[in-house]
Amino acid sequence: MKPTHHFQAERIVAGYENKTVIHGVDIVIPSHQISVIIGSNGCGKSTLLKTLARLIKPASGTITLDGKPLNKISPKQLARVVGLLPQSPIVPEGITVTDLVGRGRFPHQSLFGNWSNKDYAAVAEAMETMKITEFANHNIDELSGGQRQRVWIAMALAQETDILFLDEPTTFLDITYQVEILDLLTDLNRKSGTTIVMVLHDINLSARYADHIVALHEGRLVAEGTPSEVVTSTLVKDIFGLDCTVIEDPVSGSPMVVPKGRYHVNV
Amino acid sequence: MTNPTINLIKAGRQNRRRRWMLVTSLLAVLACVLCCTMLLLGNTIYSVQDVIRALSGEPLKGVSFAVNTIRLPRMLAGLFAGFAFGIAGYTFQTMLRNPLANPNVIGITSGSSVAAVFCIIILQASGAVISVASIIGGLATVILIYLLSRGRSFSIGRLILVGIGIQAMIDAAISYLMLVSAEQDLPAAIRWLTGSLNGAQMDRLPPLMIIVVICTPIIIILGRQLSLLELGEQAATSLGVNTDKTRIVLIISSVCMIAIATATTGPIAFVSFLAGPIAIRLVGIGLSNIIPAGLVGINLVLAADLIGQFAFPYRFPVGVITGLLGAPYLIFLLIRMNRKGEL
Repeated sequence: MKPTHHFQAERIVAGYENKTVIHGVDIVIPSHQISVIIGSNGCGKSTLLKTLARLIKPASGTITLDGKPLNKISPKQLARVVGLLPQSPIVPEGITVTDLVGRGRFPHQSLFGNWSNKDYAAVAEAMETMKITEFANHNIDELSGGQRQRVWIAMALAQETDILFLDEPTTFLDITYQVEILDLLTDLNRKSGTTIVMVLHDINLSARYADHIVALHEGRLVAEGTPSEVVTSTLVKDIFGLDCTVIEDPVSGSPMVVPKGRYHVNV
Repeated sequence: MTNPTINLIKAGRQNRRRRWMLVTSLLAVLACVLCCTMLLLGNTIYSVQDVIRALSGEPLKGVSFAVNTIRLPRMLAGLFAGFAFGIAGYTFQTMLRNPLANPNVIGITSGSSVAAVFCIIILQASGAVISVASIIGGLATVILIYLLSRGRSFSIGRLILVGIGIQAMIDAAISYLMLVSAEQDLPAAIRWLTGSLNGAQMDRLPPLMIIVVICTPIIIILGRQLSLLELGEQAATSLGVNTDKTRIVLIISSVCMIAIATATTGPIAFVSFLAGPIAIRLVGIGLSNIIPAGLVGINLVLAADLIGQFAFPYRFPVGVITGLLGAPYLIFLLIRMNRKGEL
């Protein structure tokens, strides 16, 4: 089981050159749980995730890991605790699955990066967890979108961090693969206690897979808690501007949003 | 539980490592053969014994002069410049994730070249002044390209197009300098536009050798960071790479190599552009290709120089031959990028 960490952000303000996107967010990441950040397009959920994962420097506010500000921790040391899967990673042409997954070992390796037994074990375990061992020596170019996504997640797993951020890990994937990826991430969370924080687009999948949901609206945190506390028709109306009914998901019992459009409504 | 997987991974990596060793050794052997050929061939072909005796300092009429004063400096200039061009080119291409984003295509070599020409022709300077000026010229070009191609967001396509434009402007400036100079002559002009090993002199070589010896280990040590930069800014950062610092050190080291090599031999056309992609083709992409790229650079320069010297009724400078090889590849890449909508 991975160690417990206290990851906290206080009053963070962040954004891009001349546009502030996050306006003072306080957040504590629950250790060993799956947290999902939800919100409409442009509400700043991806920016918040990137700020937490130190890809964007906050304009003000502090982010601390176990009481220590992130910018006081060396990049390599931090990379052993906190990992991130970017939304659109870049694939070098012609690289094999093993070599790409192996690049996740960087923060654990010394100057010249010879692979130790630990490196081999970590890469093998990451590939088994993501069920890609059969492609070990294939080129990435030969794989489908869903398989590639599993390779990227495996790279993040090989990094063996206690906390893993994922920026929309299921975008561009068919529903089958979306569920598959979310199942694999849940395996990881249950098996090794990895804390997972991700941005997801689909509110119903979020409600089903999250232990903890954080709702963001116009750069501010408007609600957080368990899915049944957060996902209500009022909240959906407030942050998405959508009229809906929230029912119980017949499969999981989690809340499920049924949107009301202007057509096909029988009430 | 993971044993079969570990074995599978190990086997794959061992295969790729073996291939790396094999290709690298073959490239090194080929480079040695070409070096020796450079010493043996010339207007007169001397025997191996004579060449060795001349090299070890025995005064032999004719042989000593030809070997020690003409052929040895020529060979060493090609060797070190080829290595420098190959490694620096590969570094840029990998860092910017595009074979076109290369010192030779985007005008950095021309920037160094024009600084060197200016020092030699207008200031009548020599030695260290030329070296320093060419480094400043190269770095200034990098900064200029960066400033001009910086838009709302960073685009490699724009950087490359801006670089090609700057390259054309600088080459025009070089031509102008050649024309206004009193001692204008064709061989010198060609050297500063396409590169040539003609007239390489022993006492001009130490700066190049020193820079190569200093910068190569720096780039090799940063090789793994370089291969993470290839995965994009975000992935590299989250894996614990200090991307800004790494990039600056890599850019300065490779521009130093490019600049001094250019100040010594001229911007030998397309070597830094071709070496990386050829090395990747031969070795694959999993392991570091820095040394293979340098070796390919050596082989390209020395082979092209031998071809230029002996394959035709006239002698062509090395840059003309490498230009003939590189230009079609440049067109091919431009077409492919355009098809993919990257330009």
